[in-house]
Amino acid sequence: TYMPKPGSGQRKTVTLIPGDGIGPEITDAVVQIVDALEAPIVWERFDGLSGSMPDGTPRTEVPKEVLDSIRKNGVCLKGTMYTALSKKNTSTQSLNVQLRKDLDLVVNLVHGFSIPGLKTRHDDLDIVVIRENLEGEYSGLEHEVVDGVVESLKVITEEKSLRIAEYAFEFAYLNHRQRVTAVHKANIMKKGDGMFLKACQAVAKKYPDIEYTEMIVDNTCMQLVSKPDQFDVMVAPNLYGNLVANVVAGLCGGNGIVPGGNIGNDYAVFEQGARAVSNDLAGRGVANPTALTLSTSMMLRHLGLHSFSDRLEAAVLDVYQSGDKSVLTSDVGGSGTTASLTQAIVSRLE
Amino acid sequence: RAFSAAADGGKITATLFPGDGIGPDIADAVREIFEAAKAPIEWDEQHLGKTVDERTNSFVTRENLDSVLKHGIGLKGPMTTPIGKGFRSLNLTLRKELQLYANVRPCFSLQGYKTRYDNVNLVTIRENTEGEYSGLEHEVVKGVVESLKVITRTASTRVAEFAFKYAEENNRHMVSAIHKANIMKKADGLFIECCRSVADKYPNIKYEEVIVDNACMQLVRDPSRFDVLCMPNLYGDIVSDLCAGLIGGLGLTPSANVGANGLALMEAVHGTAPDIAGKNLANPTALLLSGCMMLRHLGLNSHADQIQNAALAVIAEGTYRTRDLGGTAGTSDFVKAVIGKL
Ligand SMILES: Nc1ncnc2c1ncn2[C@@H]1O[C@H](COP(=O)(O)OP(=O)(O)OP(=O)(O)O)[C@@H](O)[C@H]1O
Ligand SMILES: Nc1ncnc2c1ncn2[C@@H]1O[C@H](COP(=O)(O)OP(=O)(O)OP(=O)(O)O)[C@@H](O)[C@H]1O
Ligand SMILES: [Mg+2]
Ligand SMILES: [Mg+2]
Repeated sequence: TYMPKPGSGQRKTVTLIPGDGIGPEITDAVVQIVDALEAPIVWERFDGLSGSMPDGTPRTEVPKEVLDSIRKNGVCLKGTMYTALSKKNTSTQSLNVQLRKDLDLVVNLVHGFSIPGLKTRHDDLDIVVIRENLEGEYSGLEHEVVDGVVESLKVITEEKSLRIAEYAFEFAYLNHRQRVTAVHKANIMKKGDGMFLKACQAVAKKYPDIEYTEMIVDNTCMQLVSKPDQFDVMVAPNLYGNLVANVVAGLCGGNGIVPGGNIGNDYAVFEQGARAVSNDLAGRGVANPTALTLSTSMMLRHLGLHSFSDRLEAAVLDVYQSGDKSVLTSDVGGSGTTASLTQAIVSRLE
Repeated sequence: RAFSAAADGGKITATLFPGDGIGPDIADAVREIFEAAKAPIEWDEQHLGKTVDERTNSFVTRENLDSVLKHGIGLKGPMTTPIGKGFRSLNLTLRKELQLYANVRPCFSLQGYKTRYDNVNLVTIRENTEGEYSGLEHEVVKGVVESLKVITRTASTRVAEFAFKYAEENNRHMVSAIHKANIMKKADGLFIECCRSVADKYPNIKYEEVIVDNACMQLVRDPSRFDVLCMPNLYGDIVSDLCAGLIGGLGLTPSANVGANGLALMEAVHGTAPDIAGKNLANPTALLLSGCMMLRHLGLNSHADQIQNAALAVIAEGTYRTRDLGGTAGTSDFVKAVIGKL
């Protein structure tokens, strides 16, 4: 039994950023589902917050009111904002990255698991990728030294490395996980990735009951596609974490179904686990809302709304278990649409 | 040169580094099969030094390097990098001294050897000289490390040109540039800019750009959608190993390192497997297929096809598979079977 605090049933305001590409469609689906669930959630929406300004020029920063809203509410659900690959705008970072940095969301977590009823190449996967989300290759520090020669800085700090390592082991402990694998390339980046590994080793000592292993990133990807069962919790610096999480997402059935989020000491932002703009699908009503719906279930749990979370997750899994392909979207072998899948989830809510 | 030498009935000399561990076992296997197939190759066998050569600051000796430079072509087995400080790693020495700027790995599903992924038939081409492997790192203040990734127009253009030329010569239809220019806008931005301008010169080859995380995701979902992938160093390292995993591991994937003026050193990228060295258990497939890449590089395509088809047929048949492929055959049984199929 969950024993709430008096007042726990009050409505909670959550910031909602639909974003670009398929973002508006899949966040709409979630809004409908949460409505049907009658969860005590009120959305503070920022529709039209796009990677581009209304006149088409790239947006250069996340508006203060958006950041303030997340600071006030503590929790946000978002799609991805598009980053134009514009030569004229090489000095501005991706808005998604800026937002994470402004809110100090040091952790990105992606939970890949086999959904019963959904056939993929590997069965019974259950892998959590915990990724440092603020530094490394995403420092944004780059310059053209002379014409045709660019330097890009990868920054690894002891502080962030310790924070992410501590989170990974704490997560493993709290979720009764057996093993943490640190992913690195310390044979080449001896100092940078070396510092990351040292932090992982130091934290591992405090958790003698959790098995700790290290694996070089290229080998990790090879192992993931051949023997993925060996992985449980994985911890990685920013870019490797991004790649590993996308491999895991691919193994479990794609970006469309794998949930995740970002968290720091003060705020949490939930997204599709393998974040994606997916302009190829946008506006066609065919994007899969499953990943963001499962992220929403994670969000409800984070808000202490456990039974809502459980009911939502059960409804989603029920849809896949039932094996009715006509409601599923095409990325998971179905012939349905965002709307049909949304409806199917809604109709299975207990 | 290669073509005329062979047409004359003359032989081409190639450097051979048998390497360590199972290296000599599989190098012998390759030699035997090449001889049986009458491939017109004469080997100049080279061994690394037992001590650091002061002229190269490495266990790779000046004579080793001169041999490859002279013949312009070579085949290399696995080698153990001796551990210690103050000298260069073997691979780094070879890459730098021979200016091997592109690493090429064809990856295709082997008929009869099933993995969870079917219809893989792609080639990864990795820039091999710069990027995240610059070796430039320092601790700015305690607890803060900076590592430099360096991307240059020269190196990016060079590898892109190689990728398109490779695609054209090998009847491939598409080149995908793999990047993360949404995050590293200037560095990876320069890389794709170079790929684009080379692509313009090859209107018959389709060109696309794919963000590296999306590429990883798609590779495990549907590898058959890719053809030739052209990548900066680190992504190339990761993606090429991922692709090897799709078809069954490094024991099966050949690779070539290509440098200036067509100089090429083919190698098996797997380890030295000291536990089975000298026991007639090693699988020579990766080195043999690397040898076939070498023959093709020399224009000896029919010899390459003959040997490759024989080896693949033996694996497909399944009677003479080595232990790593779930069989019980020894190296020599496999060699005999391949020779029987020539
Ligand atoms: N031009 C683009 N702009 C933004 N995102 C894109 C673009 N093209 C594709 N995407 C997809 O959206 C994801 C989010 O991109 P973004 O540039 O904001 O980096 P990010 O949030 O750090 O993403 P990641 O976690 O993948 O590194 C990318 O990883 C990519 O898969
Ligand atoms: N919710 C989803 N449902 C179905 N497919 C998805 C979903 N999210 C992502 N994908 C697919 O995953 C792939 C990766 O998306 P991502 O945004 O990273 O691609 P991209 O690099 O932006 O390409 P583009 O935007 O040009 O399609 C896309 O092909 C997209 O169709
Ligand atoms: Mg992504
Ligand atoms: Mg590698």
